[in-house]
Amino acid sequence: MQGLADGYFVLPYTLQNYLADQITVGHISTDTPEFDEAEQSVRQREERLMENGKRKTENGELHTVDHYHKALGKIMWEYVGMSRNEESLTKAATMIDELENEFWQHVQVPGDIESFNPEMEKALRLADYFELARLITADALHRKESCGGHFRTESQTEDGETLRDDQNYMYVAAWEYQGHGQPETLHKEPLNYEHIQIATRNYKN
Amino acid sequence: MNFTLHIWRQENAKAKGRFETYKVSDISSDCSFLEMLDILNEQLINDHIAHPVCFDNDCREGICGMCGLYINGRPHGNDDGITTCQLHMRKFNDGDEIWIEPWRAKAFPVICDLVVDRSAFDKIIQAGGYISVTTGGVPDANTIPVAKRFADMAMDAAECIGCGACVAACKNASAMLFVGAKVAHLALLPQGQVEANERVKKMVCRMDELGFGSCTNTYACEAECPKQIKRQNIARLNREWIKQLFSGNHKPNE
Ligand code: SF4
Ligand code: FES
Repeated sequence: MQGLADGYFVLPYTLQNYLADQITVGHISTDTPEFDEAEQSVRQREERLMENGKRKTENGELHTVDHYHKALGKIMWEYVGMSRNEESLTKAATMIDELENEFWQHVQVPGDIESFNPEMEKALRLADYFELARLITADALHRKESCGGHFRTESQTEDGETLRDDQNYMYVAAWEYQGHGQPETLHKEPLNYEHIQIATRNYKN
Repeated sequence: MNFTLHIWRQENAKAKGRFETYKVSDISSDCSFLEMLDILNEQLINDHIAHPVCFDNDCREGICGMCGLYINGRPHGNDDGITTCQLHMRKFNDGDEIWIEPWRAKAFPVICDLVVDRSAFDKIIQAGGYISVTTGGVPDANTIPVAKRFADMAMDAAECIGCGACVAACKNASAMLFVGAKVAHLALLPQGQVEANERVKKMVCRMDELGFGSCTNTYACEAECPKQIKRQNIARLNREWIKQLFSGNHKPNE
């Protein structure tokens, strides 16, 4: 499990050559319109997250970041887990959207923007997780076969083994971000094997 | 389980700190120490009692070194060979009073509450805790032979996660165990030998500049290190330092 979860500690080695050259690149100025724009948009997000706490609210109307983080985790665990199907994934997609709306309207971030604020950090990260969760779900919905570690219950053999669909899904997929709330664009890289025979792993014999 | 927590609160490095007392109840004995603090924070936010308590953490599985807390007078709490995130509430008794403090060392100023700035460690690493290699394809495994004994010792030293408990435990706030682990890890391997002399010189000088204390061989560091880094690494650091003194004053690339 540690190996799986900590994969991001390891630098893909296609990046090494690129990074090695960066050593000679001097200090990059923050005095650019791009930087200002990015700073502005982060600040707006932060201000929006602070707003709920300033409103006059009923008791119990607001919730902590952790509350929403756990709720999102539960949706993913229940409906987008190792074993999933069209029904569970469609349900998850709706639930994620609803929870995200709820989050922006009722999350409570204490403290302020200028001082050290771990709750703000968590909130910004969770805001990203909503997008990521939606993308994972959309990708899982799109790939109707059982492949790798994942089992689409609609796609199985008679004796309950995973059933791949090489006809339609033999490609590596990358989804391109199109802005918040917009569906991502799919880019495919076909997998063409020249020297090996495609087979299916069998744990039974 | 129920606990009374006395937690160090301090708005920033300049502010005056103080202990505040909070109570948590119905805590499962399987709860980790950090989960218990999460529960406390949820309570502090929901009931508008106080600002949530700031504490550092990341991996929560003992590998990143972020989560150091001084608990009841011991770095990483009253257990051996674990980090704070690996400490569980079953190690305490129901009704216990628990005192929670940040690392206290001049080189680790408090950022907020229990969070301290450990970037001094990064600066020591930047000074020399690396080997220079060519990027590109990775060499095949075992092309450079390493004797098993050295591989094991280097691996043990490499276990250091840079948490800072050694500094916090030391009455002199010395960073010798940390620097020893880093220097030994690289000096024990053929890849680390090329820059060995330069490395130890730069890292030790940087360590002194950053305000860490001297080592008086008390070994509180070894006793409290969550990765059980051995004091022999301090001996190796001293040896590397002396070796470097006899090697002449080579500048890098000379
Ligand atoms: S030597 Fe041990 S206590 Fe010191 S930083 Fe490394 S892991 Fe932490
Ligand atoms: S949170 Fe990473 S070691 Fe404790």
